[in-house]
Amino acid sequence: MDDRRATPRTALPAAGARTASVDIYAPQWRNFIFVAPFLFFFTTLLLVPLFWGMWLSFHKADTFSSGNFVGFGNYIRLFHDKVFLQSVWNTFYFVLLTVPTLALIGLFLALCLNRRTRTAAVLRTLFFSSSVLSVTIVTLIWRIVFIPNVGLLSTIYGWFGATAPAFISDPSLAMIGIAIATVWWCIGLPMMLFLSALQQIPQDIYEAAALDNANRWQTLRSITLPSIKRTFVLVVIVQIVLQFQLFGQAWLMTRGGPNNLTKPIVLYIYDTAFRRWDLGMGAAASEVLFVLILMAAMAQYLVTRNKAGQA
Amino acid sequence: MRAPTISIKGRAFGDRVLLALVILLSLVMVAPVLWVIGLSLKENAELMANPNSVFQAPYTLKNYINTIGTSSVFVWVRNSIIVSGGLTLGTLILSSLAGYGFARLNFPGRNVLFVIVLFGLAVPEQAVLVARHQIFSMLNFHNTYHGLILPGLSASFGVFLMTQYFKAIPKELDEAAMLDNASRFRTFWKVLLPLTVPAQATLGIFTFLGAWNDYLWPLISATKKDMYTLTVGMASTQTNFAQSEGIGFLMAQAVFAGAPILIVYLFFQKYIVTAVSGAAVR
Repeated sequence: MDDRRATPRTALPAAGARTASVDIYAPQWRNFIFVAPFLFFFTTLLLVPLFWGMWLSFHKADTFSSGNFVGFGNYIRLFHDKVFLQSVWNTFYFVLLTVPTLALIGLFLALCLNRRTRTAAVLRTLFFSSSVLSVTIVTLIWRIVFIPNVGLLSTIYGWFGATAPAFISDPSLAMIGIAIATVWWCIGLPMMLFLSALQQIPQDIYEAAALDNANRWQTLRSITLPSIKRTFVLVVIVQIVLQFQLFGQAWLMTRGGPNNLTKPIVLYIYDTAFRRWDLGMGAAASEVLFVLILMAAMAQYLVTRNKAGQA
Repeated sequence: MRAPTISIKGRAFGDRVLLALVILLSLVMVAPVLWVIGLSLKENAELMANPNSVFQAPYTLKNYINTIGTSSVFVWVRNSIIVSGGLTLGTLILSSLAGYGFARLNFPGRNVLFVIVLFGLAVPEQAVLVARHQIFSMLNFHNTYHGLILPGLSASFGVFLMTQYFKAIPKELDEAAMLDNASRFRTFWKVLLPLTVPAQATLGIFTFLGAWNDYLWPLISATKKDMYTLTVGMASTQTNFAQSEGIGFLMAQAVFAGAPILIVYLFFQKYIVTAVSGAAVR
């Protein structure tokens, strides 16, 4: 209704689409209505909790009250807590185990499956399929692989008369077990990102290389890999951000044990805030995680932004 | 690798090695799932006596009948459908409106607001989890459907996606509609929205899948058994795992929960892959 009045009025000086378009894009307060509903939820459920969380991290708080101001007390306690330091180390260790593996296997699969054959299409579908499962199902599957007696692994080892490594209970293997389940779960995304990068390499470069009698290794090393360098960095950063948030696999497969050796930061937050109800300290731990993830996200932003410059 | 079809000496051998490796990896993908399906079809007593019995008859559907007989599973499935469906619908509405607003309309402070919304992409759930939980406690939102749905509505990804999509639609379309005296909302609703169906499908499936598989927030917000979502509910039945009691039953439950989502994936594969890759790269 209002628009009908507005359009003719400003279109007055010179009739025609040109002036009308100038008018349509003039800033107007009522246009805000379109973004207001989202901004309401964004503010109340993301921005407010974000700052509330920072504020909480300086307080000794429980569920219903925000308690007393303790300054950096929570952070000081945090960095004196051996379990927290262990969980930071565990998280980095887990990232170190999974991210390179995911990037390399993903790249390998993308290189092999970047063909127009039916088999390649079926295999791509297969390798991505685990990504749609929930963490509950994935951990159930892998616990039944690793479990002694009826486990798939111990059955296979049994055929050769050997004993399977105890991926869940052995302190030195537990995190590796979680990493294996995670790689199995997450391999689809890196593969797909590499595939879409490979498809953007112009075909004529390959034709030129073929005319020059370049062999496959030379083609791979001097054309394919340099062309997807940026995607490789991107995949690594995306995976770092994702794997930093490890929680479900560790909670469901090992409960963080044995001896907190598989307890990641998020599980520490969960334990501290929602099982011991020390919300202030939980909030402080989540701020530490936030800073770590923000650094990776900044790196991602820089890489994505340099796309144009790097060609 | 796909380009040169001209055969070069030694290529056939190399191809075979690569093929063998890919087949090996695909076995690693499939074998655990087949194992789970196999166990789900066996009597527990038989499994305990000899795990190799998976490879021989008799097979039974008893575990599946028990799964379906446990009424909780259906309650959890219903909860998951309500939460994921509600969140998907809400996200589509909010993101379409805001996407149109940011892409097409001008209002004071638009660019600053858009940058703030983009910043939201970098905020992980864990950074706001503790405060959100406390706010929801004060509002008495825990163990309710809206308590499970609302946090997801603050995600920026949908707005980002829809803004990009609206920007790609030629502006002449809106201008023509506006010259015909259509209102802003009419232009949005009748002219532009129908053109965004592919983006709606991508965003819708992505949101639904994410909500369906979400574990952390439902775990801390839905603490009553009849408010569990499927992921949380299933996780809660896994506790007596160590004693290997009813492994076949647990496996049947996993198949029962996993199969529908895999079937949906086969049908909407294109959208799911686009959405997941798009969300990662942004």
